[in-house]
Amino acid sequence: MSETPVIRVERVWTRFGDKLVHRDISLQLLRGEILGIVGASGCGKTVLMREMIGLQTPSEGEVALLGQVLAQADARTQQQLRNRCGVLFQGGALFSALTVYDNIAFPLRELRTLDEAMIERLVAMKLAMVGLEPASAALLPSELSGGMVKRAALARSLIMEPEVLFLDEPTSGLDPVLSEEFVNLLRELHQELGFTIVMVTHDLDTLGDLCTQVAVLADQQLVSMGTLEDAIRCEHPYAREFFHGHRARRVLAVS
Amino acid sequence: MTISPTDLQPPSLQSRSGGIQVLGYWNLRGITQLPTEARAALRTAAENSFDQPWDLSGIATLDSAGAYLLWSAWGHRLPANLQLKPEHQSAFRRWQQRPLPQVPTGERARPPLIVSAVEGIEQLGDHLLDLLRLLGQMILDLGHLARYPRDTPWKEISATIHETGGRALGITALVGFLIGVVVSYLSSLQLQTLGAQIYIINILGLSIIRELGPLLAAILVAGRSGSAMTARIGVMRVTQELDAIAAMGISPSLRLILPKILALIVALPLLVVWTDVIALIGGAVSANMELGIGYHQFFSKLPSAVPVSNLLIGLLKGVVFGLFIALVACHFGLRIQPNTESLGDETTNSVVVAITLVILIDAVFAILFRGVGIE
Repeated sequence: MSETPVIRVERVWTRFGDKLVHRDISLQLLRGEILGIVGASGCGKTVLMREMIGLQTPSEGEVALLGQVLAQADARTQQQLRNRCGVLFQGGALFSALTVYDNIAFPLRELRTLDEAMIERLVAMKLAMVGLEPASAALLPSELSGGMVKRAALARSLIMEPEVLFLDEPTSGLDPVLSEEFVNLLRELHQELGFTIVMVTHDLDTLGDLCTQVAVLADQQLVSMGTLEDAIRCEHPYAREFFHGHRARRVLAVS
Repeated sequence: MTISPTDLQPPSLQSRSGGIQVLGYWNLRGITQLPTEARAALRTAAENSFDQPWDLSGIATLDSAGAYLLWSAWGHRLPANLQLKPEHQSAFRRWQQRPLPQVPTGERARPPLIVSAVEGIEQLGDHLLDLLRLLGQMILDLGHLARYPRDTPWKEISATIHETGGRALGITALVGFLIGVVVSYLSSLQLQTLGAQIYIINILGLSIIRELGPLLAAILVAGRSGSAMTARIGVMRVTQELDAIAAMGISPSLRLILPKILALIVALPLLVVWTDVIALIGGAVSANMELGIGYHQFFSKLPSAVPVSNLLIGLLKGVVFGLFIALVACHFGLRIQPNTESLGDETTNSVVVAITLVILIDAVFAILFRGVGIE
């Protein structure tokens, strides 16, 4: 019996008014894979990811998450599906009025069945996992540095022990050292917790270091879906420029 | 294999002759289906039969929350005789390996009353100082414009006049008309009992032109434009747009704050006149219906009933109200911190302070001009 894919995108078209964003996109992702979505700015990478999470509905076609077609799921099923996903938004999207601790504990408290002592231990565990000092739990998001915001947001997206983790530009806005640390952190967590990752990224380093699958979006279509080698071999002009540009050659040669 | 959420089996324990068997989905979603009594039962079972063999190989999934539940029930140690799937070992190892320090939950202690009272006074001083600074900056900017008239931000001024004045015509007219009708109706009832119907013109003229018109216009503008100004400047500050303007060598106070203040100084007196006129029309309509006073009589007798100095006082009030509403709005806008709560708080503060200030200034006017315009 073949395995049910964690994410199945089938013949998806997306239009905003007259503007066509996605033309007939299909892809599948198996458990434990790390998918990197690349493409030019404004080509609909984030939109595709939002459609996978169910924050947006495609104009045509269907998206299935963990074997459930999102458009057909009722409110309760959708709620349960979202509990099994973690999302790291580009700017962190931490609730600015809550402390880091309350931010991370927020999804747990929403369950309304756990006691505070257990919540405190689980938050402490996640803080340690993402490498944040316990003292930073008392800070407000506005008092954190960029790297700490990303880590706190990652801790919040991991708190429900998700099976699928969605990352929107996980390393943007981090300096190279921090960004490498963050990639290592993601790799370790992936090995330890065994979730599936979907990420939107521009960063070739992240792509080369982390992703087992690469999807290249260009001209509203999916021009390549497969390993990084497949993407590098892709003949589409955008993919050639992306993977064979001066900078890309330098980065990929090193890795 | 994917688990659909419906066939989630809640975590359970089974006592067997050969020890304890643990079954089900020991993850967050499984645990949440567990009632509190079941958790207490788990704790006692774990304490009583800690030394017996534990068979955890029947567990379908285990995450750190599920592992913690077992681990804490066992008293933060593992039983000696434990059967475990290899892939579930890491979940326990996480709790074993890391001595996790207590995390501060971020509840900040509330300072004693005397301290917060002193802080409140200090804050009030801060506000007054900042307001004074803003006023001073405005005077400096005006001085700059006197020397370099080419720098005058005409476009911004006219846009703000349109925004705060032109677009407020509808709402001020509606409110003014209704207040005019109500005041006129109530007064005419009283005047009828005295047989002094004709004095309705004096009462309406004086109260609307001197007090109600300026006050209504100012309160509406404070709520409508004051809040918008605060939020706009605040978001521009948070998104670093103010810094961007300053970095281009353009003074943010000259380009953003001064136009708002000047525009409101111009727009509010004009709105006052508009509100006066509409409120008087409302009053005249009501007086006509209640007391039978003709429109011609009403408006021809108005100039002799109400000295012109009242109109001037009303206009002066409009100018002063406009100045302070814009000043307060800009002041609170510049205090907004980059978080959602601060944006809400400061916008609220801006409107509350502006309206309170308008009423205070109105009282000051009443004292200063107590001998002017009233026989």
